[in-house]
Amino acid sequence: MLTLTHYLILGALLFAISVVGIFLNRKNLIIILMAIELMLLAVNMNFVAFSHYMNDTAGQVFVFFILTVAAAESAIGLAILVALFRNLNTINVTELDHLKG
Amino acid sequence: MNFETLVFYFLATILLFAGFRVVTARHPVHAALFLVLSFFTGAGLWMLLEAEFLAITLVLVYIGAVMVLFLFVVMMLNLNIEKMRAGFWSNLPLAAFVGLLMAIEMVLVLTVAGRTIGGAPVRHAAGYSNTKELGLLIYTDYVYPFEIAAVILLVAIIAAIAITLRRRVGTKHQDPSWQVSVKRKDRVRMVSMPAEVGPAGTGSLPPGAQKEGE
Repeated sequence: MLTLTHYLILGALLFAISVVGIFLNRKNLIIILMAIELMLLAVNMNFVAFSHYMNDTAGQVFVFFILTVAAAESAIGLAILVALFRNLNTINVTELDHLKG
Repeated sequence: MNFETLVFYFLATILLFAGFRVVTARHPVHAALFLVLSFFTGAGLWMLLEAEFLAITLVLVYIGAVMVLFLFVVMMLNLNIEKMRAGFWSNLPLAAFVGLLMAIEMVLVLTVAGRTIGGAPVRHAAGYSNTKELGLLIYTDYVYPFEIAAVILLVAIIAAIAITLRRRVGTKHQDPSWQVSVKRKDRVRMVSMPAEVGPAGTGSLPPGAQKEGE
């Protein structure tokens, strides 16, 4: 019998994989963006699973809004990335230290 | 183990494998393609959860638009992959430790609690439309958030264009906003000057004008 716990554990594992991905590819901005997309997929998986097992469609509305915001986020993120590459000829995170933070 | 559980484990295995390959792939193009696979498998799992509209949206919007954008950007940039992967193996122990710890914690929270979360899902009849339910909810209870989401997308469009727009000097191009805002005095200069007086006997008209009149 398939329960809610199955889906929640799947979401948790996917989230952990994305966190590991951000750790591993700390220098590559593109892979970091992809790991964030993967994280959002894990979160959305939890929302959809709860929506199904609690029999409440509101959870799916939240996923809808997360998808919208994630699409906007990746569009702007990639635009910033292209602008960075054009000006500095690199997207290596360690070289993006102009703010001296 | 019934068929549904079997499908779940099949899709979940592919999803976790694809997610793992996204973060470990050597080339960003491979990572993007594995991300496509993971989104597609995620859509399959959402189908299993009877969220048909969102599953199709995930395929259309995410794979069709966002991932194609990712692939365009990855292929457009000339990346130095080897330099970017420096520190990959030195970060691995810490990353694996943190990741494992997170996964174990979350699995423990979900399983050791000793109670099952959520009841049995309601099985809908064959004529049930998930899209209709979602649409009813979005256009009644969530209509203002929906409008805000539309505005966010508009802002994203304008921001993405504004960030990547580049004004290069020395190129020949038209500027329509400058063209339509131009005034007459920018283009035509009215000069007041005395009338020309032609040779004697031809009147006050210049010679060319008289020839045309003949």
